Amino acid sequence: MNIAVLVKLVPDTAAQIRLTSDKSWIETRDLNWVLSPYDEYAVEEALKITEAKGGEVTAITYGGENAAEALRKTLAMGAHKAVHVKKDGFTDLLGTAQALAKQVEAGGYDLVFAGFKATDDDCAAVGPMVATVVGLPCVTEVAQLEIGEGKLTAQREIEGGTEVVEASIPCVLTAQKGLNEPRYPSLKGIMMAKKKPIENVEAEDTEPRVETVGFSYPPARPAGKIVGEGTDAVPELVRLLREEARVIE
Amino acid sequence: MSVLVYIEVRDGAAKKASLEALSEGKRLAAALGGSVSAVIAGKGVDGAVEAAKNCGADQVFVADSDALASYVPEGSLAAVVDAAKQADAKVVIAAATSQGRDLAPRVAAKMGVMLMPDVTAVSESGGQVQVTRPVYAGKVYMTLKTKSLPVVITTRPNTFDLAESAGAGARVDLDVSFEAKAKVVEVKAAASGKLDVAEADRIVTGGRGMKEPENFKLIEELADTLGAAVGATRAVVDAGWRPHSEQVGQTGKTVGPSLYVAVGVSGAVQHLAGMRTSKVIVAINKDADAPIFKIADYGIVGDALEVVPKLNEALKG
Repeated sequence: MNIAVLVKLVPDTAAQIRLTSDKSWIETRDLNWVLSPYDEYAVEEALKITEAKGGEVTAITYGGENAAEALRKTLAMGAHKAVHVKKDGFTDLLGTAQALAKQVEAGGYDLVFAGFKATDDDCAAVGPMVATVVGLPCVTEVAQLEIGEGKLTAQREIEGGTEVVEASIPCVLTAQKGLNEPRYPSLKGIMMAKKKPIENVEAEDTEPRVETVGFSYPPARPAGKIVGEGTDAVPELVRLLREEARVIE
Repeated sequence: MSVLVYIEVRDGAAKKASLEALSEGKRLAAALGGSVSAVIAGKGVDGAVEAAKNCGADQVFVADSDALASYVPEGSLAAVVDAAKQADAKVVIAAATSQGRDLAPRVAAKMGVMLMPDVTAVSESGGQVQVTRPVYAGKVYMTLKTKSLPVVITTRPNTFDLAESAGAGARVDLDVSFEAKAKVVEVKAAASGKLDVAEADRIVTGGRGMKEPENFKLIEELADTLGAAVGATRAVVDAGWRPHSEQVGQTGKTVGPSLYVAVGVSGAVQHLAGMRTSKVIVAINKDADAPIFKIADYGIVGDALEVVPKLNEALKG
């Protein structure tokens, strides 16, 4: 099976996010960049499948020069080759999905994985958008997966339950946490990654359909109070919740 | 300019988050000077049609067939695209539920338009649509404005007020054709009475301060008394104490309930980002310097294993 994995480089989830002084964008200096956590589940699943059934894993990313770091991290985990669709500056979601769809279509992959969302813009959109542009079935937020002959069975979490979904192959799947335990790249993997091919493709110029008005910090929460220490504080807490906050009866 | 809202149906009823989206769609349509329509795909959806009418829908497009009894992405997609065409919708809205997150990107891609997902504010601005959406799990907010319409939007559940208002509610039956490439073959419900953190109005979350998985019994009891869902931090999910479905934070769910009780939760940046919009936050933690106290409205410094049973008792009494 030949599998593509769509990956993205994002700031570490432990990072505090600061805005530039004019609040037009986030401050990207001094950030530690990682492979988006959900992409790690996508990469791991792709590697597991090719290890069991043969085939190659191709990592694909979209973005400026530094986006290639996501490819190197994926190659270090064990992916075989990579494609960097190069584009500087802001592209809207549909433009990104269309550019990635072009690569997905050209590659003729049996499966396409992506993280269910990137932990920077939290859009959770590129996987199903790519699938729709290419005309492939898609199962999002997959927490469990079984690959059969020409079809697959996936489980996805919904509010208060789990959906069992059957889809034909080829198919686009977006990975939810819990799908697997992603491996750490070994030193050997990191060394080998440097020799693996990264194909560079120039993205078409697209005009964004939206403009960014600006960024802001979430409204500050009013200072709270320490009600007291230990079990002695419980009656006062209950009183405050009833009479001041009025959130319980 | 008209607005179309996708109404998700579960067990024959319209989802509350969808009716919130419809209520907001009604307000936006008024600002844009147009009507609001609803679109429903399913089997036996009369109750949902009625609910949409009572939330102000001027028209309700209905795709009702056996083939749509469970969620079929291609079926719902065909219904929404068809309804959008008939209503000449300039804005298509769905709730950012697991189904809405699955469907909306497909609608945008199919219509060849922009998607603005998981928004917490929507307004009209010079004939365009402006939204605010939390990014980096809510560490910062981004404000975006369309340069062209149509646009597809998903609204964050529990954020927009549900407003009842009578709409004309004219029913328009759709005859959609589609090829189901993926199909839900079974829905396994969680244990009965178990609330989902993404939907709950009250949440009791346990962290590493619970010391061992067995002690989550105390969290469950308190949640039970409050009618709350049980939440968990990344640390306890990664340790295998609790399922990922309960995780609150950047690699879990972002929540904003009326009451959030954080027990033995230190307050890592990625956790705070996921729950800071909660209306009232209560923290119980041994460490008086824990970051959770900086955003909590009420705090008790103390051992969770002692305080929680006492609190449960007091609330019961």
